[in-house]
Amino acid sequence: MSVTQEQPAAAAPQTDDLSWERVCLLSDLFPERGSAALLGDTQVALFRLPDDVVVATQQLDPFSGANVMSRGIVGTRAGVPTVAAPVYKQVYSLVTGECLDTAGYSPRPGREPRLVKYPVEVRDGVVHVAVQ
Amino acid sequence: MDSSGESRRLVVVGGGMVAQRFVEALRARDTAGTWQVDVFAEEPRKPYDRVALTKYFEVRDPEELTLGDPALWDDPAVTLHRDCAVTAIDREARTVTDRLGRVHPYDELVLATGSNAAMPPIPGNDLPGVFVYRTIDDVAALRGWVEQKREAGTTAGGFVKPVRGAVIGGGLLGLEAAGALKALGAEATVIEFGTHLMGVQIDLGGGHALKRLINDKGIGVRPQTATSAMKPHKRTGHVGHLEFGDGGRLDVDVVVVATGVRPRDELARTAGLEIGERGGAVVDLACRTSDEHVHAIGEVACIEGRCIGLVAPGYAMAEVVVDRLLGGEATFPGADTATKLKLSGVDVASFGDAHGRTEDAMEVVWADPAAGVYKKLVLSDDARTLLGGVFVGDAAPYASLRPMLGSQLPGDPGAFLLPEGGGGAPALELPDDANVCSCNNVSAGTIRAAVTEHECTDVAGVKACTRAGTTCGSCLPLVKKITNTELQRAGITVSNALCEHFELTRAQLFDAVRVADLHTFTEIIGRFGRVPEGADGPGRGCDICKPVVASILASLGNGHILAGEQATLQDTNDHMLANLQKDGTYSVVPRMPGGEVTPEGLIVVGEVARDFGLYTKITGGQRIDMFGARVEQLPDIWRRLVDAGFESGHAYGKSLRTVKSCVGSTWCRYGVQDSVGMAVDLELRYRGLRSPHKLKLGVSGCARECAEARGKDVGVIATEKGWNVYVGGNGGFTPRHAQLLAEDLTDEELVRTIDRFLMYYVRTADRLQRTATWIQDVEGGLEGVRKVILEDSLGIAADLDEAMARHVANYEDEWRAVLDDPEKLRRFSSFVNAPRTADPTLAYVPERGQRRPATDEERASGVIIAGPKLEVRA
Ligand SMILES: Cc1cc2nc3c(=O)[nH]c(=O)nc-3n(C[C@H](O)[C@H](O)[C@H](O)COP(=O)(O)OP(=O)(O)OC[C@H]3O[C@@H](n4cnc5c(N)ncnc54)[C@H](O)[C@@H]3O)c2cc1C
Repeated sequence: MSVTQEQPAAAAPQTDDLSWERVCLLSDLFPERGSAALLGDTQVALFRLPDDVVVATQQLDPFSGANVMSRGIVGTRAGVPTVAAPVYKQVYSLVTGECLDTAGYSPRPGREPRLVKYPVEVRDGVVHVAVQ
Repeated sequence: MDSSGESRRLVVVGGGMVAQRFVEALRARDTAGTWQVDVFAEEPRKPYDRVALTKYFEVRDPEELTLGDPALWDDPAVTLHRDCAVTAIDREARTVTDRLGRVHPYDELVLATGSNAAMPPIPGNDLPGVFVYRTIDDVAALRGWVEQKREAGTTAGGFVKPVRGAVIGGGLLGLEAAGALKALGAEATVIEFGTHLMGVQIDLGGGHALKRLINDKGIGVRPQTATSAMKPHKRTGHVGHLEFGDGGRLDVDVVVVATGVRPRDELARTAGLEIGERGGAVVDLACRTSDEHVHAIGEVACIEGRCIGLVAPGYAMAEVVVDRLLGGEATFPGADTATKLKLSGVDVASFGDAHGRTEDAMEVVWADPAAGVYKKLVLSDDARTLLGGVFVGDAAPYASLRPMLGSQLPGDPGAFLLPEGGGGAPALELPDDANVCSCNNVSAGTIRAAVTEHECTDVAGVKACTRAGTTCGSCLPLVKKITNTELQRAGITVSNALCEHFELTRAQLFDAVRVADLHTFTEIIGRFGRVPEGADGPGRGCDICKPVVASILASLGNGHILAGEQATLQDTNDHMLANLQKDGTYSVVPRMPGGEVTPEGLIVVGEVARDFGLYTKITGGQRIDMFGARVEQLPDIWRRLVDAGFESGHAYGKSLRTVKSCVGSTWCRYGVQDSVGMAVDLELRYRGLRSPHKLKLGVSGCARECAEARGKDVGVIATEKGWNVYVGGNGGFTPRHAQLLAEDLTDEELVRTIDRFLMYYVRTADRLQRTATWIQDVEGGLEGVRKVILEDSLGIAADLDEAMARHVANYEDEWRAVLDDPEKLRRFSSFVNAPRTADPTLAYVPERGQRRPATDEERASGVIIAGPKLEVRA
């Protein structure tokens, strides 16, 4: 497992003006599955990995346009933690947000084949996510 | 096009197999559109697969015999005139006249008029009840006759007097016809004038073995018997008995004459073309007749001094003429007359010089008279070069030896004849020019090139690319072998590994989990997972292996699919116990076993759909689908459905979906069995059974087949005596008709047969492999499946029965179990920090009185009628 909490997220917002939001308890999240969270108007997918690392990405699936990323299957590809989109099964790295396998599809017009990642911290069993 | 820019006119007389191939090949190659083709067919239908004619008794649907891509006949450069025989050719004027008196000009003319069934001049050959066996109309009339005779012979008390059939002629066709009579429920006796059956193809020794096999099928054989007359029944005037040269007699209700074919050269004759000694339009190796603008192909052509009654040489002639018409120089490559009898359960094949007529030829024979096995190779005098062969009772060596015709055999020829496992025959490496598929004239080299040059990576690809194995299919095992060898050679691993986490196939993993008695993913990947190079563990699985393991665990009975670690393995559909739709909402399908639903049930479904604003549609599986349910609504919807007595329909699972039925004998005037009752029983028995792919069943109450059961993985069709069961059908991308597995079963036998079939499939199929392809791949094909299920050839039947009994006993409604468990219910939250808030981005527009998701354009233009919540009245 090569992911750590501190790892800078690829497309994450600037770290200076982070506003952290308390989202839920770690125990509210299901091990090795995703859950959706609503932060203001922003929908976020939270994934609880086997070692209780939590990763947050956009909930929007770039290939279907639906807000469903949290419902994909969590796994690994060559040791890298991944999520597979539940609609058309693209596979994304949860470390970088990059799409590792487009499954032969193209993203919806105007969308990039990658997931925006948001900074996450688990403090005293409470999950905090920073969105802008 | 020619210099004037006009297309040239090509007229094809005859709409049979060879004409079809000719037009197909011409359209594929004539990219410049040089030729405008008119095809005149005497029969009232598109060209069909005559070789598969006997299949008509089973499928009863002429469409099943369709040849090639039917779109060929929509091509603007092709006009097919059906039911429109050509009656005359005027070679001077270069025109033909059709039966309606219309005259059509041609630049080039192709005769593909085939043959007629020969009718020997036996007195009484025109009596009602005497049939030939050549066209769909012939077999349809024969079937009607047998059915009518059987009905007439059935007493009010249900006693059925057998219909007595005779086939005159013991060749390939006669044996096929005798098999067809048996399949129609008639008795059959084959009358053969010569010393033994299939005298053209096999020698006397083979004939003896064959007679035994045919007798074992319940078919009588009278060799060395001349039929001197057919006599009418006194009262009916229908054919009543046969009289033989030796003074014997045989009572009959139906006679099929299969004594050979005559080329249909009547047009050629009256047009003054040269005719062969024994008929047929004489052609040269370019397939040109004595008139350079008239070509003859197929059975009507007399080539190298004879007419050939097989389709492969006809196809070769078609290709030659196409090439010539496009300016090529092709010549007829010589006839491949290898044949294989298409009679289920009787293995007979011969090729090359089967009778050992070559000078100094040597014969190597292996015979086991008790088992009805006779195998012979004909070799050159040095015992090396293969000249021909005969196989009776075990044609396994045929597919790989036939292409070696004329080549040197490696090692001891006898080794090829020993029973399988009896003495390792050397591996055959076919030369590139060996003809593998004689129907479509595809060589081993062409198959290899499909892999090396055209980048085909599997047998399906090679078939599509080369057409090998697409006609009679007998060469498929060989095609597969060559393809896989070539793939390996090209360094393309024919990997059956599930994914990067498991080297095993699904079937192997299933067995491993079952035998090792493992119950969690962690145990399974720890024990059988692959550790990638440089990694310290096997990883945590992926979207491929996790659902496979989930399905295996479910099939083996490990409790609820959301229990414990299993919940992490489920695809979103199984995880939410509903079907994900494009906008991220789900559809909900309650079970309606056999498509049966009470008025009260319908009202509840209607109310639920109305109250939650769901779009409703009737599915192909005879139940109701409700669309647009949000994650957080699913438990509320199901609470109401469960309270009204509904349960999960498993529409979301790779599992049994529905058992479709027609209304059956309880209401229908024609039904012979209670199809709805049986469908309900089957659906309740197999509900919740997880499988490699979705499973659909169907039950029809009579042979009219209104439930379309033969389009299902398991199709059950009622007969007077019980049930016939068909397996391996499906709709979808590659539709398949199910094939007959067993006949006239009692209720109990039917259930046991399906139990075993499904369990065997669940255990041994690949991931996402439907029953149709599984049957193709599994050891021994359909026949192998039949042996495992009906004869317990692997000794696993009791185990399969027990596994199914366990499934039935452990069934619980998945949705009810979720509603009873707060921990599982927690999964149905829209947002972890706002569990009952609807996804604010959902948007809908009205259509035909219901709602559907808004398109991007509609969202942009603001015509949205409703967000996620407005219409909800609950
Ligand atoms: C039951 C059965 C099983 C067989 N099994 C095998 C097998 O396993 N292997 C094998 O190689 N071969 C087999 N054959 C033989 C194979 O079907 C023929 O070799 C093949 O159909 C020949 O094709 P063709 O186009 O020359 O003739 P056909 O397919 O007979 O077509 C000729 C067509 O021309 C039409 N026609 C005739 N005169 C006119 C006219 N004046 N105007 C318009 N139309 C006309 C006829 O009505 C007919 O439809 C089998 C045949 C039968 C009947």
